[in-house]
Amino acid sequence: MSLFVTLMAAIFVNNFIFSKFLGICPFLGVSKKVETAAGMGVAVIFVIALASAATWLVYNFILVKLGLEYLYNIAFILIIASLVQFVEMFIKKSSPSLYQALGVYLPLITTNCAVLGVTVTNMESGYNFITSLVNGVGAAVGFALAIVLFAGVRERIEKAPIPKAFQGFPIALITAGLMSIAFLGFSGML
Amino acid sequence: MNPAKIIKNGIINENPTFVQVIGMCPTLAVTSSAENGIGMGLSTTAVLICSNFVISLIRKIVPDSVRIPCYVVVIASFVTLVQMLLKAYVPALDKSLGVYIPLIVVNCLILARAEAYASKNNPVSSLFDGIGMGLGFTLALTVLGTVREFLGNGSVFGFAILPENCKTLLMILPPGAFITLAFLMVLVNLIKNKKQEVAK
Repeated sequence: MSLFVTLMAAIFVNNFIFSKFLGICPFLGVSKKVETAAGMGVAVIFVIALASAATWLVYNFILVKLGLEYLYNIAFILIIASLVQFVEMFIKKSSPSLYQALGVYLPLITTNCAVLGVTVTNMESGYNFITSLVNGVGAAVGFALAIVLFAGVRERIEKAPIPKAFQGFPIALITAGLMSIAFLGFSGML
Repeated sequence: MNPAKIIKNGIINENPTFVQVIGMCPTLAVTSSAENGIGMGLSTTAVLICSNFVISLIRKIVPDSVRIPCYVVVIASFVTLVQMLLKAYVPALDKSLGVYIPLIVVNCLILARAEAYASKNNPVSSLFDGIGMGLGFTLALTVLGTVREFLGNGSVFGFAILPENCKTLLMILPPGAFITLAFLMVLVNLIKNKKQEVAK
């Protein structure tokens, strides 16, 4: 039951985009079309799940054992970078069609602060292995949900007559602000 | 280019937040008060200056194919240093910035400057580029933090200005960040458009 609460909290209440502002760059950058947004969402879920597991293992079995906790930041970013590289090579070999779909978005994930954000939060909250994994997947699903919904709204805004000064980023940010207000409603859920 | 020009370029012409629109996560996340904005801005500036300088020094030694991991390690080391210093000397700020301090590593602004500027220019101009971009970022965060704190909490840098019942709580909640930044950008756009018209 508590795992379910963790999952729901990570997806809706502490939504990574709308309440923690992690992963805003890809959120604004690759949300012009629903398809690409969905591709990015799937890639992020995949990488975050792997990264949550890998960083938990490295932190608890290597860094803590050696008393090197203060190096966690350097260790995590290297793990994530190599993981992304590895995932890219693996997908390329095993499923070329998925690689075609995700292709461009995979390398971008290294600098997606959502990934590092999840792993640091897991570490600071002292979650165990399963909770870390659930929290990571929940956060990633929340990210995917947010970016797909946002892309849907943005596709329609493209066709609307918008005052010149509001075109581009300002209107996107206002849209995100309104969606963020809607997500505030979830905070009473748990 | 002379140092003054490089710095002005970072603060105004290529302001990281309002013109380049990079490094958005900390910009939106920590600006619920002016003080947090300035703290985050200066921490990022410190990392940016050091990493720009070091990356520029090692730019000829590092092979091209592994340059990104090398840059990231340099940046991560400086972030760890800044984090330790903040923990030791300003624990209150460290607490209110929380997870966003380690996340300076993935601030796209820093990697973008390393890739676009420090890896192509000499250490001294890279240093000044770091100062300029850092100050531009700090300025944007402080303005955003001040506006949000004023509207949402009725105070500026902790000094109460508005009466108790004039607060708009929404502005210091997450949605306020998006909306305030959007309207600041509109303001910048309006000024830019006006200037273009005058130029014509």
